[in-house]
Parts: sequence; structure tokens; C-alpha cells
Amino acid sequence: MNMLVCVKQVPDTTEIKIDPVTNTLIRDGVPSILNTFDGYALEMAARIKDKDPSSKITVVSMGPPQAKAILQECVAIAANKGYLVSDRAFGGSDTLATSYILSEAIKTLEEKEGKFDIIFCGKQAIDGDTAQVGPEIAEHLGYPQVTYGLGAEVDGDIVKVKKEVDDGVEIIGVKMPCVITATKPDFDPRYPTIKSKMAARKAEYPVLSAADLTTIDLERAGLKGSPTKVKKTFVPQKKTGGIKIKEETAEESVNKLIDALTAAKVL
Amino acid sequence: MDFKFSPEEQDILDMLKELCEKQIGPLAAEIDEQERFPKENVEKLVEMGMMGIYIPEEYEGAGLSYLTYIGACEMLARYCATTSVVLSAHGSLCSWPILAYGTEEQKKKYLVPLATGEKLGAFALTEPSAGTDAAMQKTVAEDKGDYWLLNGTKMFITNASEAGIFVVFAMTDKTKGNHGISAFIVEAGTPGFSIGAHEKKMGIRGSATSELIFEDCKIPKENLLGQLGKGFKVAMTTLDGGRIGIAAQAIGIAQAAIDAAVKYTKERVQFGKRISQFQWTQFELAEMQTKTDAARLLIYRAAQAKQDGEPYSHLAAMAKLSAADVANDVARRALQMAGGCGYTREYPFERYMRDAKITEIYEGTSEVQRMVISGWMGVK
Repeated sequence: MNMLVCVKQVPDTTEIKIDPVTNTLIRDGVPSILNTFDGYALEMAARIKDKDPSSKITVVSMGPPQAKAILQECVAIAANKGYLVSDRAFGGSDTLATSYILSEAIKTLEEKEGKFDIIFCGKQAIDGDTAQVGPEIAEHLGYPQVTYGLGAEVDGDIVKVKKEVDDGVEIIGVKMPCVITATKPDFDPRYPTIKSKMAARKAEYPVLSAADLTTIDLERAGLKGSPTKVKKTFVPQKKTGGIKIKEETAEESVNKLIDALTAAKVL
Repeated sequence: MDFKFSPEEQDILDMLKELCEKQIGPLAAEIDEQERFPKENVEKLVEMGMMGIYIPEEYEGAGLSYLTYIGACEMLARYCATTSVVLSAHGSLCSWPILAYGTEEQKKKYLVPLATGEKLGAFALTEPSAGTDAAMQKTVAEDKGDYWLLNGTKMFITNASEAGIFVVFAMTDKTKGNHGISAFIVEAGTPGFSIGAHEKKMGIRGSATSELIFEDCKIPKENLLGQLGKGFKVAMTTLDGGRIGIAAQAIGIAQAAIDAAVKYTKERVQFGKRISQFQWTQFELAEMQTKTDAARLLIYRAAQAKQDGEPYSHLAAMAKLSAADVANDVARRALQMAGGCGYTREYPFERYMRDAKITEIYEGTSEVQRMVISGWMGVK
């Protein structure tokens, strides 16, 4: 299998605070990490590679030069090679422009690394939380997609993806080439080893600039190509969890519900 | 003089820290409470390549510096003192003498599986009547022509029931005292070799400490480690290095106790103030950290000397004496700051105090360290 994993460097949101006055993120001193869901995506690719060691995993990230750190991390964990897509012209891209640039970068990467059978993405980045880039890449490339993947197994020319849905799990067979976005599976991503970590330090991480993406339309990249306008950022009010009433019979459930509503002075 | 890890070494220690934060630390109380061997931690260390961290790459190790290995022992102890001693006994006491004294064949056969972590290592010197007076070996290895016949009992052996490879000391010539001791490599499962009673300990309760029993145990001729009659030297030089790892374990415990005390005192309110606001708390913690850092520098000095091939026996002894003293002092003071809470098992303070104690005892008691240091000073 020839696999690509799209990754993003994000601020560690467990360490981040929001300025209550300006409602903006306080980024100072916040460490940057590999987006958690991208880590799961990489692990899914790594598990396919475990079964078929001839597989190859390439990682790509769009971001500033310091995003090389997460490519290094991915190579230490499981990837064979890492590319950074970086250019000032890409700055200020929203999800639409980002997915367009990445889809163009994928075309360029395929010239170097061969056609990708599976493109993995995290379901969303933990900073923006939009969950749009993965599906949009699939649309730009005209590939089928499965979102909220919990795991993926190759079976002939299809990939069987365990997909998380509200009331359980669906197994979806999707023909390659395809895009799969990963959510939190029931396994933890593997750790690097001393040797892989040292090798990753020595590896090279080529940078693809706008000039390298030969077919790109720069009108569709960066701020110019971004129709999204952020009007307001705010901390959502904390919601408390609901109560589920499921007694043995419907009658008992209704009675319990009425009691609860009465106690809450709704009735 | 450079008291920093290289960026490459720091990277590896950071990777270990992540594992410690996610898994090893959260499991520490459970491992202590259940007195069980931290198998899952060792598995992860094996996967990472930590079991052969300083072993040269030609023997499948990671080829990192001895200093990085010591840094790893400290890091592990900060989160779980039990897991730290598993690595320390494996790395310092079993792998090192084979690396230093083994033949090329022995290294290929035994050092490689130790370095990859396929097998865990242990070191067997102590006997019921040979503790600090290690030369009083009663275990005997008789030369039977084609093989060595081993008979005797070892005690307090770390990693005993879990190890696959043991470095064992035995008398090959009773008439020669120290010079009659030889070292052997013994594999688990060798007929006549069994694991005896498991010790129930005050601290590092997850480490597998047991007796080893040898009853007409046949050891292949080629498993003599080092020269015949030079086993005592093998043991003593091995322990010199081991002490640096134990010293690192001690300051790992000390640092954990300080970190827990800082956290506790910043949360605990008495007399209308966080207790960290009291100057006594601040001064106490400042002193604890300073003592810990001073011991840490002694450890790094000893590790650097060992790495550079310089004499380090006295430096290791100073590092261990100091670090063990600091660990016990700091752990006690940290517990005192947490008062009644510190005395309960809800908090880690009492575990740190129990874990710290052993560092004054094993791989040479603090009294032995004083003997080594004063001997080096020429004080007779």
C-alpha cells in the first residue's frame, strides 16, 4: 500500500487559555504538538504497514517551517518520508484554500512517491475543530471518503473502514484510492523507538513551495482564496450532560420522567 | 565542562518522559500496592529500545552515551522507582559485565538479547552469609572437565523470576579467598537452577526480588565470564557502575517528592493562606531542590568519568552516598509538609519515603560508600 497521512501542527489545547477580554487564544508559551487525530490516522496507516511491510507511508503538512518538528515526529513513529508544504502565499488559508493547496500538493507528491492508495487525515484539528479539510481534499481529488474512521483494513482493492456513528459502528468498504479521516480509536498510537527517533533527526524533510505545485491557481490559495470570515471567537458555555431514563417498561420510564420534571419544577 | 545532554540525547529522554507521563507514572501506585512486576512498563521500554540504550550498535543496542542511560534511570525513578531498578539491574549489573568482560561469542549470544530486550538480565552476588562482605561466597562452581557444576543459594536478587540471563558469582577455589571467586553467565531454565522465595519488601515493591537456588546445575565451560579467579574484580567494577544508576534512581525519587510537595503546598490552604505562601515552606523546598541538584551533579560527574574511561569508583561512591542521603531526607521532608495527607496512601509521599530507603542499602550500603571514598583518600 502506498499511503499518505496529512498532519497538522497545533497548539497543545490542554495547555491553552483564552483571553477573557479579547476572546482570543493566548498562544504564548504554549507547546506545539502533532494534532491528536492525525496521530490516530498515522497509527491506522502504521497498522496497515505492520500487516504488509512493503507498504510506504508519506506524511505531509502545510504550515510554517517549524512544522517540520511534527514531520520528524511522524517519521520517528512510522512514516517513511515527510514533506512540508510551505509558502507565504499560503498564509491565511481557510479550510477550503488549505484543502485545495493540499490536493495540489498531493498531485506533486504523487509524481515523486507514486499514486497514493489511501489518504489518511485526522477527523479534525484540535485547534480549529472544523473537520472540513479531510472531506474537502476528497472532493478536490474526486475520491470517495469515509469519515470518523476507527480503524482500516485493506481487502483486495477496497479498504474496510470501521466508522463511528452515533449509535454504534458501521463497517464501510471503500474503493481505493480514497480518503479516510480518523477519530479516536480504542488503541493508543505507538511510541517511537530510540533508533527511529535518531533516524528521524537525520532525515531530510523537503519543502514544497507554491512554485513546486505546478498546476496551482494561487487565486484559490491564502487569504485571497478563503471565503471564510471569522466574526467572533468565544468560549462556549459549559453544558451539563443530560439524563437518560431507561427503566424496564415504558410506563416506569414515563413515571420517572414525570417525577424528575416535577422535581425540577418544570411541571 | 558541559552539564547538558546533547539535543539528540534530550530528545530520547523527552520521548521516555512522554511514556512515563502517560503510562509509567499513572501505574506506579498500583504496582506498589499490588506488589507486582511492572511487565507492561518493561514491554514498552523494550519496544522503545531502552533496554540496550548504551550498548553499542554492533550488539543491537542504541549506542547512546552512558550519561543518557543514567538520565533514563533518573527519569523512570521520577515516575516509578520499581521500573527504574528493573532497567538499572538489567543495564548496569548484567549487560555491563558481559560487555566489559565477555568474549565475542558471549556478547553475541547474551549481550544481543539483553540489548534488544528479548531477555531481561540479573546479577547474583549476595548470599545469606555474603552481603556487604561479598567475598564470603558459599556458592561453589566445580570444574568437571566438560562443564562447571554450580551449587549454592543467592538472595535478594533483583529481576530474579523475570530474568533470562544471570551473571552469577561462585567460588572456584576456596583456598584463595577473593582470588578464588569467578563469574559465570547462567541462563534461566538451566536444569538445577530454580527461583526460591520471593521477598516482601518495604519499598520498590514491584521489583521481583527472590532467592536463586543452584543444585548440581551444569554450566557450559564457555560461560565463565572473564578470567578464572577474577570474579571479585568483575563484581566490584560492575557495582561501581551500578551505583551511578542507583544514585540516579535516588534523585529521581527525590525530585518526584519535591514535585509532589510543590503541588501539594500550592493547593493546601491553612490559616487562610496556601501553605506555599509561608516562608518556611519556601525555604524548605528551596533547600530540598538545591541538595537534589547538588547530588545530581555528582552523578553526572561520575557518569561522565565512566563514559570517558577515567577512574570513577570513588566518584560513583560519592554520588550514591550523597544521592541516597538526599533522597531519604527530601522524601521525609516532603511527607512532613503534607502532614496527615502525606502519611496516607492517597498521596505518593509515603511511597517515596519507602522507595528511597533501599538506595541507602543496595549495591553497597552508604557505609560501604564511605569505605570506598575514604580508601581512595588514603585514610587508613
